[in-house]
Amino acid sequence: MDTSLFLVQLINGLQYGLLLFLIASGLTLVFGVMGILNLAHGSMYMVGAYLAWYFVEHTGSFALSAIISAVIALIIGVVVERTLIRQLYRRNHLDQVLLTIGMIFVFNALQSLLWGNDPLGVAVPAALSSAVPLTDVLEYPVYRIFVALLCIAIAVVMYFMINKTRLGMLIRAGESNREMVECLGIDIRQLYTIVFAIGVMLAAVAGVVAAPMSSIVPGMGEHILITCFVVVVIGGMGSIKGAFVAALLVGLVDTFASVLVPQMSSMMIYIVMAFILLIKPQGLFSS
Amino acid sequence: MLKFNTLRTAVAASLATLTLSAPVLASQDSIKVGVMLPFSGVYGALGDATRNGMKMALQENAAQLHGRKIEYIEIDTEARPERAPEIASSLLSNSEADFIIGPVHSGVAMGMLKVLRGKDTVMIVPNAGAGPVTGPLCSPNVFRTSFSSWQPSYPMGKVALDKGYKKVVTMSWNYGMGKESLDAFEESFTAGGGEVVKKILVPFPKTEFQAYLSEIASINPDAVFVFFAGGGAVKFVKDYDALGLKGKIPLLGSGFLTEGTLEAQGNSAEGILTTLHYADTLDNDLNNKFRASYKEQFGKSSDIYAVQGYDTGLMIASAVNELKGDISDQKALIKALETTTVNSPRGDFTFSAAHNPVQNIYLRTVENGENKVLEIASPALADPGRGCKL
Repeated sequence: MDTSLFLVQLINGLQYGLLLFLIASGLTLVFGVMGILNLAHGSMYMVGAYLAWYFVEHTGSFALSAIISAVIALIIGVVVERTLIRQLYRRNHLDQVLLTIGMIFVFNALQSLLWGNDPLGVAVPAALSSAVPLTDVLEYPVYRIFVALLCIAIAVVMYFMINKTRLGMLIRAGESNREMVECLGIDIRQLYTIVFAIGVMLAAVAGVVAAPMSSIVPGMGEHILITCFVVVVIGGMGSIKGAFVAALLVGLVDTFASVLVPQMSSMMIYIVMAFILLIKPQGLFSS
Repeated sequence: MLKFNTLRTAVAASLATLTLSAPVLASQDSIKVGVMLPFSGVYGALGDATRNGMKMALQENAAQLHGRKIEYIEIDTEARPERAPEIASSLLSNSEADFIIGPVHSGVAMGMLKVLRGKDTVMIVPNAGAGPVTGPLCSPNVFRTSFSSWQPSYPMGKVALDKGYKKVVTMSWNYGMGKESLDAFEESFTAGGGEVVKKILVPFPKTEFQAYLSEIASINPDAVFVFFAGGGAVKFVKDYDALGLKGKIPLLGSGFLTEGTLEAQGNSAEGILTTLHYADTLDNDLNNKFRASYKEQFGKSSDIYAVQGYDTGLMIASAVNELKGDISDQKALIKALETTTVNSPRGDFTFSAAHNPVQNIYLRTVENGENKVLEIASPALADPGRGCKL
């Protein structure tokens, strides 16, 4: 591999990693604060992509579609938390797994009823459809650079929100001691609703921004969910910082494994995960 | 339970007397057609189209059935190979199906074959392209109305050579259909002096193609040949365009790259060359008529899967007609099926010794969001049927 190809693959890996972070961050946030293992998180990614397609078809504007989709995702998050997830706080993880697996089936069936099973596609928004030449043949699409920057921006916003705002303070307090937060007169149930809805929205937004550079197909959520779990486990369950580092690591490992050891590329991220867990059983950044 | 068994014996006994005493009546029993297709999940749309096409053909040709009705027994395979043997044996033993139609998915086909090879029913595969079905695992009672995975890709090797491409990168998912397609292309391409400089097999169902495409760009071959289908095909074609390879390195593919995916692929698909045994735009009377009446009956456009189902129905009707409605002699039925010429919307085709269609393969290009037929890449192409002793 010469230097230019190495650099290109480095960019590919970082870009894939940043998108993984966006999807995984909601998963790890919800687990960290609420202790809920949401297997239907991938379905929210799928819902985001389908919503983006639907609204682009009807409004013609990608930006508008993204905003509408994010708002709908927030509403779905609030409804699901209030009606379903709320029943599970005092139950064990197995009950949570059963409920959220059931939600996967429900969302898949809804998707099939509403939008059918044919693969769908969303065009890249016109303003971002140009490309930067990298080599004689290869170009880098501006849209993918935009997505990478957006993911970084969201990471920064999340960092400030958690470390510098009152909501973030409550989230951190809720993570370390629920009972004490409640004793101080904070409505922890409301906090949980907000956090869960934000988690759903993050997954859906990831689905929206991924839509123009992927194919929108049934089952797209389950596939990404597994990779997200690898990210969350490597980073340390519940750690946003961990998810960020782990997502970049997984993105780079997967990209370079694809070209350097193609025979083993599908298992490489799992080997890395196993290796990290041997040294740090709780993941890289667990508290 | 006892009562039920007694009842069943009584019915069977009276049926036996009936058939013995009145052979004329036999022709009025309905013909049982077991249907093993995916009606839900990722392949649901394919299963629906196949079933629609088949029923349409049998309805249009009801006159050929000599008064016999068709009784359909439909079971959703969910495209799950592990369920296939169980469903197939239930259709065989409990339902005593005369024909078993299916499946879409090659894994399911292998499961069905395990149970149905050499049995007293006729299995007709309306899609699954797995080589062994009409290769090493061929059987007198197994037919296919679609294609072998070798068939659509083999002619592309020669097309590539004719275009002057010498060095080609091939790429697919690492599974049966993908590998068989790449091998078929490579077979004709290297025989004519071409060289496959790199063969990339992506783990199924991964669709992160960016790293591979960057590598292809750095190799800069004369052309790229791929097999992808469905959602993966959409993603691949869009990535190929987004990363700037489109227009610089010609993209060739097995026709499934642009079947049912063109709308989602949008402009990115323009100019792709593919080879396949059909194209929606094929301009002949049969195809135009077929497409019009399919749309009228089912309210949506037909596709290649509908055609393959349609041809399955045509083939059954023609064999029943040949035997004047009496299909009780399996040998005679198989003989009638294997000598039939199917007047298909894709063009007439016959069957090879291994029971795979001998059919035209068309060279197509994507123009204004449609697969436009350029020419016949290979007329009446027969799969070599390697490993089949029929």
